[in-house]
Amino acid sequence: MKNKDEVQLIVDGRRLDGRRPDELRKITMKVGVLTRAAGSAYIEWGNNKILVGVQGPRALHPKYLRDPTKAVLRCIYNMAPFSVDERKKPGPDRRSMEISKVITEALSYVVLLEKFPNTGIDVFIEVLQADAGTRCAAITAASLALADAGIPMRDLVAACAAGKVQGQIVLDIMKEEDNYGEADLPVAIAPRKKEIVLMQMDGNLTREEFKKAYELAIKGALQIYEMQKKALLESMKVEIEE
Amino acid sequence: MKIEAYLKREYIRNLVKAGERIDDRDFLEYRSLKIERGYTKVKSPGSAFVELGNTKVLVGISLDVGQPYPDEPNKGVMTTSAELRPLADPYFEAGPPDEHAIELARVVDRGIRESNAIDLEKLFIEEDKVWIVFIDIHVLNNDGNLIDASGIAAISALLDARMPKYEDGQIIRGEWSGKLPVKEVPIPCTTAKICDKLLVDPCLDEEYSMDAQITITTTDRINAIQKSGVGAFKPEEIDQCVDIAFENAKKIRKIVKSAED
Repeated sequence: MKNKDEVQLIVDGRRLDGRRPDELRKITMKVGVLTRAAGSAYIEWGNNKILVGVQGPRALHPKYLRDPTKAVLRCIYNMAPFSVDERKKPGPDRRSMEISKVITEALSYVVLLEKFPNTGIDVFIEVLQADAGTRCAAITAASLALADAGIPMRDLVAACAAGKVQGQIVLDIMKEEDNYGEADLPVAIAPRKKEIVLMQMDGNLTREEFKKAYELAIKGALQIYEMQKKALLESMKVEIEE
Repeated sequence: MKIEAYLKREYIRNLVKAGERIDDRDFLEYRSLKIERGYTKVKSPGSAFVELGNTKVLVGISLDVGQPYPDEPNKGVMTTSAELRPLADPYFEAGPPDEHAIELARVVDRGIRESNAIDLEKLFIEEDKVWIVFIDIHVLNNDGNLIDASGIAAISALLDARMPKYEDGQIIRGEWSGKLPVKEVPIPCTTAKICDKLLVDPCLDEEYSMDAQITITTTDRINAIQKSGVGAFKPEEIDQCVDIAFENAKKIRKIVKSAED
């Protein structure tokens, strides 16, 4: 890696990939891409490629984990060994276990778990290619996959990160900006009431910078929400034509 | 499912709705905080035993010499682990750290790392040789808010830590030369949301009953945030939590700085 001070990330108001500070990367979403999962979704977000499959609701094992009042939702965030520059050892590591936990909690808020007591709903998130912002892309796709599985939900979950790069607050930071930037703030919301279901931050932000960053992240997530609705409608359209 | 949580939930939530807490605290009041630095000073370079109400956490610092990260060859290395010992809670299990232990360690780590609390540049020894600072969090009794108790214990232990003597490529254990260079005092502050009310420093019963919580670690800036728990915050509640975190951190930082062994 180069020295932090040597890298120019913003030149003439444009970022390395030509984006303006408040612009998202190119994003495409598709719903219902797998046949053996109850629901599935695929997202390409910049250079991120993530596939999500939902299994269940189904009998939960081991039995002692069952909850007679509601379903237990479990998300597993898994990175393919070849998804990053240097091969990642297969299997869960500390980072992916933490991400699995916060995503599980965020999605548990929107899924009507009380409809399926004693069951488990498993959400498998496979990161096939990673390029910063995978947790936001993952949770966005995961909520689509749950909707595709026909599991009742009070809302979707849409996510987007904001960050600080060379003193400037920017939307949807990419890999270089994550490595050399000063802060990263991923935020996931339940868009209908703009409720925050996931928020993490590392770096350094003043009180004012934080407010600016998280308002920008929410704005970004609302754009993502519109794309999610389109992707879901698109999958419905296909069914009617057949 | 945790039957205790299930049984207590409505009781605690009704209390909060009525403006009360189970231990009679104000919503923005921390439990009593006791910090004992140098708890295991005979062996470990730095340590701190923290009691936050009935929550007990011991953090020990170990120092070793090793290789720097290739992208930061002139800097020392820090690493944080947490163990939720089974004596601390009937739901804690022996074995490798679970997601709760990992989250705890990573949130404490982020606060210390991102605030540059440890002056890692001063931990450079020679090419390919730097000091490695191990921060080990040992949770001994869980009565809630492990993140704040552990974060306070971790920075207290770092402030307590001495540098082992290092001569001719050897660490001389038990002999010291100066203090570990610490330049910031990051303080985590956790605020829980229960029935649209915000309460700091949730005890275990309140953790069972809460919708969600958010931990905000501050110096003069915000260095780390972690929302956890099933449940959601309104955007304006996040703003309030940030103000609460800055306010409380000031008070706690004073206690941390004034603690002696």
